[in-house]
Amino acid sequence: MQPRKRQTIGEWIFKASLVLSGGLIVAVLGLMCLTLLTHAWPSIVALKWKFVTTNTWDPITSTFGAEAFVIGTLLTSLLALFISLPFSLSVSIFLGEYAQRGILSEVFKAMINMLAGIPSVIYGFWGLFVLVPWIRTFQIWVGIPPFGIGIFTAALILALMIIPYAAAIGRDVIAMVPNELKEGAYSLGATRMEVLLTIVLPTARSGLFAGTLLSFGRAIGETMAVTMVIGNSNLLPTSIFAPGNTMASVIANEFSEATNAIHVSSLIELALYLFVITAIINIIGKWIIQRTEVSHG
Amino acid sequence: MNPDILTIEHLNFWIADQHIVKDLSLSFPENTITAIMGPSGCGKTTMLRCINRMHELIENTRVEGKIKLSGENIFKLNAMALRRRIGMVFQRPNPFPTMSIYNNVLAGYILNGISLSRKEKDQIVQEALTQAALWDEVKEGLHRKGTFLSGGQQQRLCIARALAMKPKILLLDEPTSALDPKATAHIESLLMELKDTVTVIMVTHNIAQASRISNQTAFMYLGELIEHGTTERMFTVPKDKRTEEYLSGKFG
Repeated sequence: MQPRKRQTIGEWIFKASLVLSGGLIVAVLGLMCLTLLTHAWPSIVALKWKFVTTNTWDPITSTFGAEAFVIGTLLTSLLALFISLPFSLSVSIFLGEYAQRGILSEVFKAMINMLAGIPSVIYGFWGLFVLVPWIRTFQIWVGIPPFGIGIFTAALILALMIIPYAAAIGRDVIAMVPNELKEGAYSLGATRMEVLLTIVLPTARSGLFAGTLLSFGRAIGETMAVTMVIGNSNLLPTSIFAPGNTMASVIANEFSEATNAIHVSSLIELALYLFVITAIINIIGKWIIQRTEVSHG
Repeated sequence: MNPDILTIEHLNFWIADQHIVKDLSLSFPENTITAIMGPSGCGKTTMLRCINRMHELIENTRVEGKIKLSGENIFKLNAMALRRRIGMVFQRPNPFPTMSIYNNVLAGYILNGISLSRKEKDQIVQEALTQAALWDEVKEGLHRKGTFLSGGQQQRLCIARALAMKPKILLLDEPTSALDPKATAHIESLLMELKDTVTVIMVTHNIAQASRISNQTAFMYLGELIEHGTTERMFTVPKDKRTEEYLSGKFG
């Protein structure tokens, strides 16, 4: 009896510790949300809608209108999405349909995973030392102020960072398209490209959309690399080559210097929105992918 | 019997080192139903897939011998063009989930980029669905998704999809194995009617089904064609002991 009882207690402890650590994660998430809300509250109350509808951000006069950052975030993320889409889609199609197995496919997959795992500060450095001089040359060539850094540079870096992410999801959803459907199409005399365009991509489209959405969420929240190359200007950007700031980059840039309470609270309000937006995007994207998996399963 | 529309001559097929189909010769008279039978893994599905060259979709295969469609060696033809002349229906119904019933029937034309007038489309859809005995059940909802249909209806939709290309030959790979008895009976009577316009070649595990609807039966075992002949003769006086044992249900 003795060993059996010990085992039961051991099992109970094991189970309890699992539940506890799981609960802890949920609690941290909830508390984090609560912290953001309470600390952002003074700014929410004081500035109301003006916070997102005005574009003067001046800590010295305590004027906080974050419109420029919202626009900066949307501009960089959408641009990054458009730039990355042809590349991530091509890689997805290649790995999900043309090279599902084999050495080439494995090497490609490993390299994409490596790209996804590079710390973002390294992307930032690379952008600063390689991309910025290129952009500057380009700007001199077309005859606009040669900042080098700016919205467009940030978008390029972001595009590079989200390609592996979008490609990994895209590859999975394309590979998930049932073989029976492809065979049905081939048996009707279709070529590989016709099968791909008429059957595979339409069948995978909701998953591909979800992958795009998730990478958009990623682009919105990316901080370090963007902060390093975007130019950190609080003015409303006048062109895509102008320096700017995103919601994430302004937080990273000003947090350590923010001394007065409303400045801190305004930055936290930005963080709160960032948190909510990325959470919603993630939930929707994951939900769509899960639904596709079930319907194909 | 009618003149042969398709003739297989000394067909050999390998996947990597595995010899799947061994020196198989068989001919198919026009407008008849041939049932290919045999235990799992005997190579019957592989043989069927050689007829429309679907075997080329898998890597590392090798084929020897000839298959002649109305006298032409199919391995000399363009595979895509060949598949438009030979329809195929699969084990599990596979209507295209993103397409309506209407477009599923037209899928062969859509996939091949053949443009048709509205009138031609309507006509092809109605003809093919009528041939597949599905028209009356779906004519009110042609623009609904095909995946809302029952399994039996989905399979008939797939038959309509194949027939819409006006093929000479229809290949069926165990077309009723995923269906209930009622849907199976429906498809069987449909196939009996279809043989007036197409030549049907069907792989089946269902011995009773073969005896009910086929004109010719072929029995394969371990990659070889053991015996073939009229269904009546095969079921009454089989020549080979293995055929007799299989058809009387002793193994399979």
